[in-house]
Amino acid sequence: MKKAKKFRAIGEAGFLESWGKGDFFTKLSLLVPGLGNIRRGQFVKGILFLFLGLSYLVYFLGTGLSVLKKLPTLGTKTQEKVWDDAQGIFVYEPGDNSLLILLSGVIFVFLTLAFLLFLRMAVRSAYYAEELVRAGRRVPKFREEIEMHFNGRLHRTLLFWPVLGVLVFTILPLVFMISMAFTNYDRDHQVPGKLFTWVGLANFRTVLDFDGAFGQTFWPILGWTFTWAIFATFLNYILGMLLAILINKKEVRWKGFWRFCFILSIAVPQFVTLLTMRTLLQPNGAVNVLLREWGLIAQDAALPFFTDATWARVTIILVNIWVGVPYTLLTTTGILQNIPTELYEAAKVDGANARVTFLKITLPYMLFVTAPTLITTFINNINNFNVIFLLSGGAPATLEYYRGTAGKTDLLVTWLYKLTIDNKDYCYGAVIGILTFVISIVISLVAYRRTAAYKNEEGFQ
Amino acid sequence: MKKGFIQEGQDGQNVSVRNAVPLGCEKREEDSSNATQGKYVEHQMSVGYTGNGSVRRKRKLRTVLLHALLAVLAVVWLFPILWIVMTSLRGEPGSYFTTFFPKEVTFANFTRLFTETDVLNFPRWFVNTLIVSIFTCVISTFFVLAVSYSMSRMRFKLRKPFMNVALVLGMFPAFMSMIAVYYILKGINLTEGVMKLVALVLVYSASTGLGFYIAKGFFDTIPKSVDEAAMIDGASRFKIFYKITVPLSKPIIVYTVITSFLAPWLDFIFARVIAGADSRYYTVAIGLWSMLEREYVYHYYTRFAAGSVCVAIPIAALFLFTQRYYAEGLSGAVKG
Repeated sequence: MKKAKKFRAIGEAGFLESWGKGDFFTKLSLLVPGLGNIRRGQFVKGILFLFLGLSYLVYFLGTGLSVLKKLPTLGTKTQEKVWDDAQGIFVYEPGDNSLLILLSGVIFVFLTLAFLLFLRMAVRSAYYAEELVRAGRRVPKFREEIEMHFNGRLHRTLLFWPVLGVLVFTILPLVFMISMAFTNYDRDHQVPGKLFTWVGLANFRTVLDFDGAFGQTFWPILGWTFTWAIFATFLNYILGMLLAILINKKEVRWKGFWRFCFILSIAVPQFVTLLTMRTLLQPNGAVNVLLREWGLIAQDAALPFFTDATWARVTIILVNIWVGVPYTLLTTTGILQNIPTELYEAAKVDGANARVTFLKITLPYMLFVTAPTLITTFINNINNFNVIFLLSGGAPATLEYYRGTAGKTDLLVTWLYKLTIDNKDYCYGAVIGILTFVISIVISLVAYRRTAAYKNEEGFQ
Repeated sequence: MKKGFIQEGQDGQNVSVRNAVPLGCEKREEDSSNATQGKYVEHQMSVGYTGNGSVRRKRKLRTVLLHALLAVLAVVWLFPILWIVMTSLRGEPGSYFTTFFPKEVTFANFTRLFTETDVLNFPRWFVNTLIVSIFTCVISTFFVLAVSYSMSRMRFKLRKPFMNVALVLGMFPAFMSMIAVYYILKGINLTEGVMKLVALVLVYSASTGLGFYIAKGFFDTIPKSVDEAAMIDGASRFKIFYKITVPLSKPIIVYTVITSFLAPWLDFIFARVIAGADSRYYTVAIGLWSMLEREYVYHYYTRFAAGSVCVAIPIAALFLFTQRYYAEGLSGAVKG
């Protein structure tokens, strides 16, 4: 026991150990952060800690308490129209704003968690100083601690701002949106005129209910999202690889030029190319006009690229081949060149033709190497906002879907966008966001595990 | 006898390997129909062999067919891009044309784009986007490099958890949090007037620390012994970072700088929410998008094309410059 203790370096004690073994000042650092440090002569650090502790106290007494009080109900006082005798008109008397209460509630939780972590750090720091004094070693001055943050603890300095950015602009908003999924903040409960409140899992039930109007939108869209993701991922993968093989062939000249032609379509911003395609494929767009000129369709007819559900879906998948094949070309060209040539030579000797060679050698090899990126691509396609939004915008619109909020080519993500931005059904949007996330994470976990198993299996052979 | 031999060659994949007899002397093959040769070409994919006479002709035909196929595909892929370029040179207004080449070639669309700024102010959007992208670029480059260096070189308790959290966060639809971000920005008074541009910079750069994978992969390839040698000489970690690692990582820095510079030019989701209806603070992407709105499309379609060309040329040039690193980064990620 004693031996083990000896081996533990100073400053590695956890919070409980620090607080349990620390002296009076260290223990009191939990209530008065910085006290222990001041006692051991670390004045600047101690005062800094004390200042941070006081700031939280001021925040807690000033804002925190009132937020905490309102958070369970998200506000009770509705905005009211009141007759103002002095002015002779009706004026709006502001009520509670549920949205701001929810937001400040989330911020309160974040700040409180940060404060608890800070207290933990303060106690550990106090105990560290105490241990140093007990061991008869010098307690580092403030300047030296700063220097340490540019050396052994450089990661803290480097990570501070990036992590703060992620916390404030990604995690905090996400938690805020997730919490909205458990409220009834829809188009009928808009702030500041009305209040919204917690409803538990009711929104999830509404969205997932097979028979409800919402469920009859959700399930078909989910089905189309998967169909789309499967086609978009695998068609692009196979076709892109075939193209790469074609260009890699010995007898093809100007390889660089051909690759350039295809990769140029990635280089040009998607909003330029896809918006152009959209105008080309309109009922009176260039494609239909040309077909009329050539007499392939009647003068008043138009191919319903985005006006018929099936046409629109096929069009989108085809256009997406245009978008996606160059990406596959870009990523697989190098890997294809790495396939051991002995494999192909052996196949030649056995008399395999091109198709068999592709199916039995190239494809398995590529799947083996690129499985992780293929999974990522699949997830990205489930969340592929740009192609759908720029190309069809979800069209054709249909009243079969919940209040006409979605069209036949909408994916879950574009529907989420329309629900929140156009229709202000925030709570349902949040539910769909969470469900999309759950689907993505389940698919990735299952798929990654399978590839790992696959690799291990290969390892034994 | 000879014919049978040839057929065997056609059916079985590889003539040159399977038959020791030189194939060059097969005169009769010249009489074969094109259809047979086409079939032959298909069967012969991916096999290079040598010979002369008829085989050389077949090989030549096959090469021609291959190139023809590639040319057709290339035209399909380049068509929308060429269409945009052609449209930008069109003299006639509107968005529905019956010819690929403009009836009247003019550069007026470009000059009017930059001079007629009463309704839709393209030069201003351009400057807005440039300002936003310069600041975004500086901040995100620092963020990405700082995080990837820490993840690659430093070892600390929260390293693995941080990398896992970054993976999980990437699974959420990016704009799910958009509304919340908007309210946070509103809360700190960044959604009015020129502050919208500050808001855009924050939105584009704040979370870039999560995209550290490619740069981390690059840092991982710099040998640790270099760091250790410097450490023995008494250099601090920070000094190693900016005196040794950064100068050694020029390619990945260039890659990071360019990709983060491009982000504001390509995004229109966040820009649309933050800029709202105030077209003075549009970025190029939403500005061009708005030219296709129903009330503008007739007069502005050719100018939309001109604007797209102006923006797309530098972006495409920068992208093509970075694509090497993009592919390398991805194949690096595959290996890890």
